[in-house]
Amino acid sequence: MIKTVNQKAWWFVAPVLALVAFNAFIPLMTVVNYAFQETFGDNVFFWEGMRWFEQVLRSERFHDSLGRQLLFTGMILAIEVPLGIGVALTMPRKGPWVSVCLVLMALPLLIPWNVVGAMWNIFALPDIGLLGHTLNKLGFDYNFTRQPVSAWMTTVVMDVWHWTSLIVLLCYAGLSSIPDAYYQAAHIDGASRWAVFRYIQLPKMKRVLTIAILLRFMDSFMIYTEPFVLTGGGPGNTTTFLSIDLVKIALGQFDLGPAAAMSLIYFLVVLLICWAFYTLMMRGEEQ
Amino acid sequence: MAKIEFKQVRHAYPAPPGQPKVYALKEVDQVWEDGGAYALLGPSGCGKTTLLNTISGLLTPSEGRILFDDEDVTQLPTAQRQIAQVFQFPVVYDTMTVYDNLAFPLRNRGTTENVVKMRVEEIADMLDLTDRLRQRAAGLTADGKQKISLGRGLVREDVNAILFDEPLTVIDPHLKWQLRSKLKELHQQIGVTMIYVTHDQVEALTFADKVVVMYDGAVVQVGTPVDLFNRPNHTFVGYFIGSPGMNVLPCSLDGGQPVFHGHPLATNHPASGDLGGKLEIGVRPEFVHFSDSGIPVRIEKVEDLGRYQVVTAVHEADTIKMVVGEDEQVPSENPQVAFDPEFTRIYRDDWVVGEQAS
Repeated sequence: MIKTVNQKAWWFVAPVLALVAFNAFIPLMTVVNYAFQETFGDNVFFWEGMRWFEQVLRSERFHDSLGRQLLFTGMILAIEVPLGIGVALTMPRKGPWVSVCLVLMALPLLIPWNVVGAMWNIFALPDIGLLGHTLNKLGFDYNFTRQPVSAWMTTVVMDVWHWTSLIVLLCYAGLSSIPDAYYQAAHIDGASRWAVFRYIQLPKMKRVLTIAILLRFMDSFMIYTEPFVLTGGGPGNTTTFLSIDLVKIALGQFDLGPAAAMSLIYFLVVLLICWAFYTLMMRGEEQ
Repeated sequence: MAKIEFKQVRHAYPAPPGQPKVYALKEVDQVWEDGGAYALLGPSGCGKTTLLNTISGLLTPSEGRILFDDEDVTQLPTAQRQIAQVFQFPVVYDTMTVYDNLAFPLRNRGTTENVVKMRVEEIADMLDLTDRLRQRAAGLTADGKQKISLGRGLVREDVNAILFDEPLTVIDPHLKWQLRSKLKELHQQIGVTMIYVTHDQVEALTFADKVVVMYDGAVVQVGTPVDLFNRPNHTFVGYFIGSPGMNVLPCSLDGGQPVFHGHPLATNHPASGDLGGKLEIGVRPEFVHFSDSGIPVRIEKVEDLGRYQVVTAVHEADTIKMVVGEDEQVPSENPQVAFDPEFTRIYRDDWVVGEQAS
């Protein structure tokens, strides 16, 4: 058999390659470039090896913001996942209210991040904001611009408000795919409400829930705009999450080397956690 | 176990606004004797499943009452009715093993583990599931899953009735036959009331002692397979049961005896008095034969089915099907046909005239 050698196909792939190169590969390599070298401008670079990585990994500042980031992501997942499932379970399955509920649920998702941040900033202002003013009138000492706890609470509640809908909508889609016969069979078998949830609804929601948790993990782990607009990372550094810290180092202090090294570490952490989580969920599926 | 009684049960599903309610069940009065094997037979959409769901309590009928041993259970929830039901498509609890699936209805009712074990093993043995008890139910084929559904229906001992809603639809023909025999056998063993919904007449006639034929939301006849064949109460029963179905031909009356296109016919079941409405005669193809002095017909088609032949004859615009033996000659010149008077009945507006089979 004679194979004709024909290289024309490369031309068809070329546009994609170019696109990927310019929007992913080259920027990433630039970051890698900065991560191993020192520059003082004028395109003059000095080789630094692993120095920036060591510096970042040893720095207390990085440990603190990573810790805050993990705590924040953990908190919002712990609130949004059960809440999202709960809301999805109570939403009507049939009738005219279905579309009303869906639209109401989708609304927060349609608002741009910085608008959400600004909305909550004004809403929570202790002297004039509806939330802040009311809380203070009720006797709570609340000031998110000065108290770390208030700042954290506001940030977490804002994220829950903005993103629980995503989990609700995905879970609702999972629930809608369950045929009526399953519920009827469960009635006949005398299953309790809890058993219906545990053995019918939860297993059927598992796939969409995995996706929902992954999305929420990634988004919250990389959160920037909303807390930046709401608290600017303050008071002090108490709400400075990884992205905010990274921008401060890269653009505030113009330490491109450490910032690049930090970006790569950040990227690897996200990748590692996603992989571990997904593998774990899918292993359960196979058994 | 209990006798199940329907008193003027009617049911309509919610209609879209502005449209009249459509009754899926139009007044059903029916007694299901304790320990009977019933088949509920009818075309798709005739209300069979609705009827079944009102027995199990998945559906509360819009009107009428349902009694279990003279006790009104119309408003009673499913869980308190002690009814087992198997659905058309397999329902299994994916995350559980086959064993846990079968044990589920028992455990929900607080049965002790050693009783559970005994029952589950017994049922698994009957359904050939013993070697898969430790497997996850999700990994089974459609056949296997439906066996689990059947098993969950059969595992409880205290039930008033077991309802089957076309349970063998997804099972392949060979296994279908086996499982149906198993169910029949089981019925003889434990003697619990079984109601088996199907639109397949063979399935109904082989499973049941009594067949309940439904048509358009109403029960049109209840009887043994022989009753349904020999004395159909309604033209629908005539052509739904039997293959080919009963001939239904237009007629008029003359002194109680039917007249078909000017040809007087004889029946042992004459009508009394003058009747209005749409009049028809019904006669099964098995009871039509060639004769020297009968209704002249034109032979349109002869199908040889091996042990018998199905002849399609035409008189005027009406088709008469007949079944004749494999050796019998189909006359080529001036064929004429006659009907057996014992099995020729007059129907008025689709219902039989004269005595009705109970």
